[in-house]
Amino acid sequence: MQVVKLPRMLYPQPRVLTPSRNDVLVLTPWLAPIIWEGTFNIDLLNEQFRLQNLTVGITVFAIKKYVAFLKLFLETAEQHFMVGHRVTYYVFTDRPDAVPRVALAEGRRLEVLRVPAAARWQDVSMRRMQMLSDFCERRFRREVAFLVCTDVDMRFSDHVGVEVLSPLFGALHPGFYGAARQAFTYERRPQSRAYIPWDQGDFYYLGGLFGGSVSEVHRLTTACHQAMTADRANGIEAVWHDESHLNRYLLDHKPTKVLSPEYLWDEQLLGRPAVMRKLRFMAVPKNHQQIRN
Amino acid sequence: MRCRRLALGLGFCLLVGTVLCTLWAYADSWLPFSYIPYYLPCPEIFNMKLQFRGEKPFQPVARAQYPQPKLLEQRPTELLTLTPWLAPIVSEGTFDPELLRLIYQPLNLTVGLTVFAVGKYLGFVQHFLESAEQFFMQGYRVSYYVFTDAPAAVPRVPLGPGRVLRVLPVQSHARWEEVSMRRMEAISRHIAQRAHREVDYLFCVDVDMVFRNPWGPETLGDLVAAIHPGYYAAPRRQFPYERRHVSTAFVADGEGDFYYGGAVFGGRVDRVYEFALGCHMAILADKANGVMAAWQEESHLNRRFISHKPTKVLSPEYIWDDRKPRPPDLKLIRFSTLDKNARWLRS
Repeated sequence: MQVVKLPRMLYPQPRVLTPSRNDVLVLTPWLAPIIWEGTFNIDLLNEQFRLQNLTVGITVFAIKKYVAFLKLFLETAEQHFMVGHRVTYYVFTDRPDAVPRVALAEGRRLEVLRVPAAARWQDVSMRRMQMLSDFCERRFRREVAFLVCTDVDMRFSDHVGVEVLSPLFGALHPGFYGAARQAFTYERRPQSRAYIPWDQGDFYYLGGLFGGSVSEVHRLTTACHQAMTADRANGIEAVWHDESHLNRYLLDHKPTKVLSPEYLWDEQLLGRPAVMRKLRFMAVPKNHQQIRN
Repeated sequence: MRCRRLALGLGFCLLVGTVLCTLWAYADSWLPFSYIPYYLPCPEIFNMKLQFRGEKPFQPVARAQYPQPKLLEQRPTELLTLTPWLAPIVSEGTFDPELLRLIYQPLNLTVGLTVFAVGKYLGFVQHFLESAEQFFMQGYRVSYYVFTDAPAAVPRVPLGPGRVLRVLPVQSHARWEEVSMRRMEAISRHIAQRAHREVDYLFCVDVDMVFRNPWGPETLGDLVAAIHPGYYAAPRRQFPYERRHVSTAFVADGEGDFYYGGAVFGGRVDRVYEFALGCHMAILADKANGVMAAWQEESHLNRRFISHKPTKVLSPEYIWDDRKPRPPDLKLIRFSTLDKNARWLRS
């Protein structure tokens, strides 16, 4: 990121003896911030980002029936995602005609990228890594500074902004943020490239939300794709597909920011614990059987 | 008649002349320093295209056993660990040194450390270097840069492998404030001429201090500041910022995050260059207006860190004053003052 000079701004003084949150960890042992509500001043961060004049790309895959999720996704993104900054939506789909026309604010545009659909939903999920890797080279490098790669069956319900941006970020899976590492659903078979032993692991990261600079996302998606290809050649498929490989990658290449479960939540399954001050990006209830076939 | 007028006229001129001379002599001794052009900025470095050593890409971390980070934890007494602009505030307990070693060691980094030992301050160098050999960036390549007016008198301290000492001559000055403020100029010039090719990261610290505990890669960042031990608990209106509008280091009421210490700052060598150069230009602008900021270059450093926020902040563990009683929240003092008699030194 460029060096920028901030204008004079007025905001409350940070106090050394007063932690911003005393109910959660806000810094990983490798000194990466864990983003929770209350840890950041969005006006400061917005100003720093605005002065650099950069564009954020956001990728979604709307394959087969998943195109139905696009309208709500895009409409809520317009309300909550990187508002006030330059954004490019990259919609990967096998049905370009089904992409809805959503009114976009100034400085924001939508690109439809036609891709083939795989038969199995597991393959659809895993192919994302390869496609992202390809497009990083082909397009993203020249068009955007940062990439946010997300699932499409979601809606934005509160602010998701520049506080997430950094060279490499992952998001904590809402089902495991309080769990011991032995309970994480890592791939546990040593034959797989995604294997993580019982006594290792920092967090359980989501396959449905990650990102960073284009070069780091390229590196991550390429590595995951290669690992999945190697697994396929050995006749093994990791228990949670691309998510297992993402977890292995982020164990070996520590992210520079970690997003709290505020950034991907399922209210139906998990309710609203006190520690979640904001629910920003939420799963849309869906019938798994119906949508995956 | 004419003689008398002539005598009166001459007498009057003499009187006025004497008064003016007295005033001038008085003003000259009252002003802290003399006029510009006192020293010119360094035009030869302004247009230099510095080839910095370049960023190192992420390397995979070797596998290791370490406890799982606990996400949900009740911590009643603790320091702030993250600034509002998401820069980590580093203190004992916030990081795992073994994990950081695994991340940073493969990058094969060289870290520079500058100190200024002018006049009697040369007496601190021995103890400073010995303590640095024990605690500063153990296991990394280190370049000490000692700026002094007496290069021959720099003590030769035995250094570990991959660690070197470079002695750089600087001019001495009558006033200690001048010596202090010229550091920004010397640092930026040194980076432009040399250090940009030799180191990846650079720290600039005071010499009248010693390392008492490990100072490692947890301190590395793009632009690093340290919180002054005297003001970490104070409200911002009590920070000793420069409060006169006439100075370029002016900070208004209601502005300011932390009061940072001038004794420690650093970062990636290209960012330190920009930072030191920016401070140097601000100091020069003040000089042109006959102003010296309240705490010399520390005032300018604080001004600059408000508009160019550091990407990492070191807790007062990294810049302590041993004369202060240690609060329980600061668990491990790593770098602190050597007790000295300031007046003796600065005379």
